Amino acid sequence: MPNIIKLDGSVHNDEWQVVARPADGESLVVPEGPALVPVDLWLAGREHFADRSDIGVWFEGHDEPETLDGLVNELPLIAVNFPKFADGRGYSIARLLRERYGFRNELRAIGDVLLDQLQFMKRCGFDSFALREDKDPAKAARCLNFFSQNYQAATDNDTPLFRRRAS
Amino acid sequence: MYVYDEHDRQILAERVAQFRDQTDRALAGELSEDEFLPLRLQNGLYVQRFAPMLRLCVPYGMLRSDQLRRLARVTRDYDKGYAHFTTRQNVQLNWPALEDVPDILAELAEVEMHANQTSGNCIRNTTTDQFAGVQADEVADPRPYCEIIRQWSTFHPEFAFLPRKFKVAVNASEHTDRAAIQVHDIGLQLVRNDQGELGFRVHVGGGLGRTPMVGPVIREFLPELDLLTYLEAVLRVYNRYGRRDNKYKARIKILVKALSPAVFAEKVEAEWAHLKDSPTRLTPDAVERVKVYFTEPDYQAVPDQSDALAKLRFEHKGFDNWIAHNVETHKHPGYALVTLTMKNTGTPPGDISDQQLDHLADLADRFSFGEVRVTHQQNVVLADVRQDELFELWQAITPMGFATANLNTLTDIICCPGGDYCALANAKSIPVAESIQRRFDNLDFLYDLGDIDLNISGCMNACGHHHVGNIGVLGVDKKGEEFYQISLGGSSHHDAAIGKILGPSFAREAMPDVIEKIIDVYVQNRNDEEAFIDTYRRIGIDPFKERVYA
Ligand code: HEM
Ligand code: SF4
Repeated sequence: MPNIIKLDGSVHNDEWQVVARPADGESLVVPEGPALVPVDLWLAGREHFADRSDIGVWFEGHDEPETLDGLVNELPLIAVNFPKFADGRGYSIARLLRERYGFRNELRAIGDVLLDQLQFMKRCGFDSFALREDKDPAKAARCLNFFSQNYQAATDNDTPLFRRRAS
Repeated sequence: MYVYDEHDRQILAERVAQFRDQTDRALAGELSEDEFLPLRLQNGLYVQRFAPMLRLCVPYGMLRSDQLRRLARVTRDYDKGYAHFTTRQNVQLNWPALEDVPDILAELAEVEMHANQTSGNCIRNTTTDQFAGVQADEVADPRPYCEIIRQWSTFHPEFAFLPRKFKVAVNASEHTDRAAIQVHDIGLQLVRNDQGELGFRVHVGGGLGRTPMVGPVIREFLPELDLLTYLEAVLRVYNRYGRRDNKYKARIKILVKALSPAVFAEKVEAEWAHLKDSPTRLTPDAVERVKVYFTEPDYQAVPDQSDALAKLRFEHKGFDNWIAHNVETHKHPGYALVTLTMKNTGTPPGDISDQQLDHLADLADRFSFGEVRVTHQQNVVLADVRQDELFELWQAITPMGFATANLNTLTDIICCPGGDYCALANAKSIPVAESIQRRFDNLDFLYDLGDIDLNISGCMNACGHHHVGNIGVLGVDKKGEEFYQISLGGSSHHDAAIGKILGPSFAREAMPDVIEKIIDVYVQNRNDEEAFIDTYRRIGIDPFKERVYA
């Protein structure tokens, strides 16, 4: 079922396979076609992926965006995993990837991605969302757009309300 | 007081619509209970022992008369006709129906009120001194900074799912700390540096609850305009590195302690170096715009009324007591600061009826420029009363039950809702407060004892601030029975300290006797005018132990 939501609320099929971390002692098997590998494994074996333009990475909450300094735009897609929707580390990771390390390509939220968190993800720089299968993608557009403006600056708008008010 | 412009109004209206949509989806079964949980909590809605509880936000404690009237109406129409002032300057409704909550929030939004982020693992209501702006020894009015923090933290997209709740308090007085900033996740003390520039001393990692701690200073001077970028750095470090594996170890205080305050401060500084010059840095214009809402009201040129007051005090003992205890000096001549106590024996501390809320609104309009402030001791302040109207005010509030002249005394108890309302309670707390108030019903004796903070919580969560009471009472569960543990020596003021446990706990019936013994030890040992806390610090806990467990 298509479950990839874009910023405009449109719904798409998921082209990307998320490759799980191999068990201890096993090696990473990268499938044909677009795939996302754990970020630390990508870093450790970058040269193996050099000839493929359809390999991205995914982050766990404890992975540090700092490790990709200078490399982010080699990746067509970075996914950030929300192991549980209540685990908010992914929001900081996303902002750092975008605002500090200048990532310009697709930034996707994966894992426990629900409707009511989309607005926050959008503001932190995500531009695609792998909505959890049991949630209704038709409601995503509405949930992305409850608010027409915000008080604070974030990735989507670097001008806080206090600066907009002043002008 | 801050007044909404079209931006604030729009954001709030959108929030009300959003929560209505979320509630509809929850009632339709599209959101599981644990998915709806943080959404309702961030809209103030708990599910409690007997009914939902709705915690309404009172930003830094300020309320206008139109808001009080609306609160009165809401408690009448949707609840049982009373509300409760909390120790974080908010207001709680105890009996709203879940399906009514969107309507309640819509009614409150009409008077610029809401329940945003009054619960949940997000940045909560920023609190401050109830005497902000009207006391003489203030570095600067803290309220504009609280409002600036309110706006920045409202629906902050990065910090909506922190490891745990997050509370900020601001204090501005040089000599007292009525905001208890050292037991907050972030405590900001307004200061001036050697060049006379305004800024903040930043404490991080204080808190009560299960592991009470006094927050260490992580930055001695933060320039005023750097406030938000620095807060953002602290929150980001916490959001990334705070523990999420164990909710009892998830507060920022645990992270600060684990890293050590110095290492934590380094991490914040490193993060801040990137954020310092971002557009989130405040501008002088932005601060000025908010300050305009907190300028002085239209004070009349009236002289101090000492002579006239002295005469009335001589003639009316009750008035004399009230002036001596519930009225304080105002920075403007001819005016006074009045605290209306919500601590009548027999009424749960902090509870107020719909009728009393309407009375408060009338009093605010008649005597104090239409505004009141809620205090973290669960009382209400009229901050700008003309001295020549004090007698009239006192006569008006006496029948309303607001004139109990026990402010800051042993019976001005801070008390959480406890087992009467709260699902987390180990024990009831309201009946303990009442039995102590009944035992110590002689005002002259209370005055002789001087200031004593007695704080009661019904469980470890410490909503009643028991750790920082000079005398703290904590409800504990012993094989299904309700017992009470006592601690001594806590303080939430400049000399903040966590109380020490006295020993084994007591049954509820024993509590008035136990408190009486503690007071006896103090009375027998004190020097002259020495306060309870000072005697305790001088003689230590042993004499109290010996007497109580004799
Ligand atoms: C009746 C429903 C209530 C529930 C379920 C509740 C729940 C809690 C919980 C779970 C904590 C501990 C959080 C932690 O340790 O991280 C807490 C702390 C606290 N609550 Fe409540 N509470 C309630 C009512 C109140 C009321 C009425 C007040 C004010 C009188 C209040 C003020 C506070 C304060 C000041 C703290 C301590 C903050 C700190 O740990 O630094 N709460 N509450
Ligand atoms: S201290 Fe415990 S019993 Fe009291 S209100 Fe808080 S959670 Fe409930």
